[in-house]
Amino acid sequence: MSTTETSILNLPDQSTAVIPKKNFITAEDGLLSWLLTGDHKRIAMLYLISITVFFFIGGAFAGLIRLELLTPQPDLVASDTYNKFFTMHGIIMVFLFLVPSVPATIGNFLIPIMLGARDLAFPKINLLSWYLYMIAGCVILTSLVLGGVDTGWTFTTPLSTHYLNTHVITTAVGVFIAGFSSIFTGLNFIVTIHRMRCPGMTWFRMPLFVWSHYAASVLMVLGTPVLAIALVLVLLERVFGIGVFDPTKGGDPLLFQHLFWFYSHPAVYIMILPGMGVISEVVSTFSRKRVFGYTAVAFSSVAIALFGFFVWEHHMFIMGVSNYSALVFSLLTMLVAVPSAIKIFNWAFTLQMGSITFETPMLYAFGFMGLFTIGGLTGVFLGSLGMDIQLTETYFIVAHFHFVMVGGMLMAFLAGIHFWWPKMTGRMYPESLSKLAAVVTFIGFNLTFMPQFILGYLGMPRRYHAYPAEFQVLNVLSTAGATVLGVGYVLPVIYLAWSLKYGPVAGNNPWQATGLEWQIQSPPLTENFTEIPIMDHEAYDYEWLEHKTAQEVNAVG
Amino acid sequence: MSEHIHDPANITNPEHADHHIVSPLQYTYVFISLLIGTAVTVWAANIDLGVFNPIVALAIASTKMVIVILFFMHVKYQSNLIKMTVGAGFFTFLVLITMTLSDYMSRAWGLW
Amino acid sequence: MDSAIDTTHAEHDAAEHEHVYVPQHRHHFETEEQQREAGSFGMWLFLLTEIMFFGGMFFAYLLFRNWYYEPFVVASNQLNIGMGAANTAILITSGFFMALAVWAAEVRKKNLLVIFLILTTIFGCAFLGVKYFEYKEKYELHHIPGASFDVSQFINPAAYHLNQPKIAPDQAQHVQLFFFLYFAMTGMHALHMIIGIFLLFWLLWRARKGEFSSGYVAPIENFGLYWHFVDIVWLFLFPLLYLINRHPLN
Repeated sequence: MSTTETSILNLPDQSTAVIPKKNFITAEDGLLSWLLTGDHKRIAMLYLISITVFFFIGGAFAGLIRLELLTPQPDLVASDTYNKFFTMHGIIMVFLFLVPSVPATIGNFLIPIMLGARDLAFPKINLLSWYLYMIAGCVILTSLVLGGVDTGWTFTTPLSTHYLNTHVITTAVGVFIAGFSSIFTGLNFIVTIHRMRCPGMTWFRMPLFVWSHYAASVLMVLGTPVLAIALVLVLLERVFGIGVFDPTKGGDPLLFQHLFWFYSHPAVYIMILPGMGVISEVVSTFSRKRVFGYTAVAFSSVAIALFGFFVWEHHMFIMGVSNYSALVFSLLTMLVAVPSAIKIFNWAFTLQMGSITFETPMLYAFGFMGLFTIGGLTGVFLGSLGMDIQLTETYFIVAHFHFVMVGGMLMAFLAGIHFWWPKMTGRMYPESLSKLAAVVTFIGFNLTFMPQFILGYLGMPRRYHAYPAEFQVLNVLSTAGATVLGVGYVLPVIYLAWSLKYGPVAGNNPWQATGLEWQIQSPPLTENFTEIPIMDHEAYDYEWLEHKTAQEVNAVG
Repeated sequence: MSEHIHDPANITNPEHADHHIVSPLQYTYVFISLLIGTAVTVWAANIDLGVFNPIVALAIASTKMVIVILFFMHVKYQSNLIKMTVGAGFFTFLVLITMTLSDYMSRAWGLW
Repeated sequence: MDSAIDTTHAEHDAAEHEHVYVPQHRHHFETEEQQREAGSFGMWLFLLTEIMFFGGMFFAYLLFRNWYYEPFVVASNQLNIGMGAANTAILITSGFFMALAVWAAEVRKKNLLVIFLILTTIFGCAFLGVKYFEYKEKYELHHIPGASFDVSQFINPAAYHLNQPKIAPDQAQHVQLFFFLYFAMTGMHALHMIIGIFLLFWLLWRARKGEFSSGYVAPIENFGLYWHFVDIVWLFLFPLLYLINRHPLN
């Protein structure tokens, strides 16, 4: 073993190590073999490339927003254009990046392998899912090119139905299609997890990564259709003007919001749960310790999914809902924070008395734990009815959701990409550069979004491109942070691409992790396993791993 | 299993799982019940039951739905997983309806 | 790789019988039964998404019926209850034949399967045919919401020799809301039926080739689930839309 005290990285001897000749990448040649593949790993790669492209488009809009907000005056662009910036930023980031990020890339790649299966239950539907995603992305980009949409990503009525002449319909169609992509991914995962576990793989031996994807998939399947019908009704209202959301004709704009948020609140759990799954895996591996309270973490994923369906009205507290229902939803919102907190506690106790090392995935994981906690706590503040009246529609909300989504989810995504990069590609990324990127991201993130909490409670409204002059300092800080953050995100693209050709060969298990995916070659074979494994030990069983590795050393002799 | 199908190669049932085949006779009973239910619904609609009209109509429709699900869709003879899945669907549907209604119904309750 | 993750899989079933696979077996499934169960489970999950999709519209209906009861009553009485009830019976019959088609596939009777699929399709098309005449009638009576909607017949029915209660002009606008929901819900339902009929033609073509008469019944079974679901949606649409209050003059 070549581990040191500061790293558990265990690469094979580079003078003799080679990438296995037969793997899922070399299995077939040609563009069509990728575009018509049924292999979940190839589809995951396709998703990874497309998601990265859309991430940077969404990020470009973020840059434009922050650029405008450098000065208090609305001097960079007109108000309508600014509205289009934050709308496109939101739509692209939510629907084309965050929702599919971990599930469609890392989840697609790993779930069959973690379960000991050869593929997902429905490989063709998996491919269809990717094509729907691409079509949705193209439709949304089309609407962008045609002039964009300025409703905000929330399509709030009656603004979106009666007061705007922008490309609401095109964008809504794009989001509708993206919803189906999400539904099919979730459906695939649920069937696979229920019906394709290998012999011995009981529910409670599955990695927690799988549990969180299961919970997220249930949300995808049950919640997304309601978004679909909300968008269909907006389309019908815009085209035929029948009045379902029009108060002058007896309709209720809040009806749209109820249907929209019935999905969009569970959507935030769709976005975060897979990231939490990544964190469970990373924290365990880099503390060399099983996750504390496996059952609690597993059930908390399910609890988040369940309770997540009961709280959506907290996005509508100021919109005219009844005070009584607002009370009820506020109370329920407090409850939904509990399972998330349980996870943070369990990760903290996993760390306690563990042998902690600080490789890049672990740096991102620590970033996640701190930033998600802050973001989550501010969510509880916002769930409290009185606070929300003051803070809603201000930068406090913007900061809150960026803390959980960017400080939380995006960091988890990067943690996962770094953690499983050697498995997916067979190559290791450059550790010092990646650590630098992680630190730069963390600093940039805090500089960008911490001032926004202050701006929020001082009263700066969101979605405005002009603001009182006394807020400028904080805004400038935020924009400076955004620049740093951008650098932090560009770096991984560069060095990960570099590592594909020049990175050291990683071997099967460079992190000495447990889990079925680490017992097979890197990159894996198309069929994942030469023989279907039989699972006879618990998840995160480091003793089993030690025993096995000791045996291996003996066998090599 | 009430029907024993001649299946020498045991293709449809290699694991000997209990694969019940619903008979045409059972289907016919369900079919007749559905038609009777429809007739009763129309007949009851023409009687003035006040607030119970929609309740009766929905009760009959729900019963029809249950027998279609249990028999036409075979759920009675399927695994617990399928039964739970159907249940989960209805549960989520009910959450959508009732919790959204809670807002609308309580709007008229007056200010604090 | 061997010590803990070895395989006794082959030994396990060697004692039982050898695995027989239908030609449509997919390599990532271990057994036919697993494939079939996964397919059925997947179709049920898809139906759950359909429940939630229609659910949004059912809620909109619930809300506006509650808010605008009188206009909804008058509007509902404009619908032809005979056609609605007949359509319900037609769709139930179509579902019955679909169930029989699944049975025929399970007992490997190809000719019966084809006949039952044809009957399912015929009754499905009959449903759509009746719907066409209903929609046509609505068009002629200016009940289609939008520019051509004529509200005067509801404000002053006597002038049109209509035996229905008068409603106030502001409430009369809400009649339009009913018809929007009627067209949106039955239209969405009809769209699902049209897709189903296209699928039926495809299944028929494959059934005639004998694809479903040697034990591979999953597509027929799973389509049957879809078809019955569409039937169930109609079983609720009929009383909710056609039978709100069939005696409003009492």
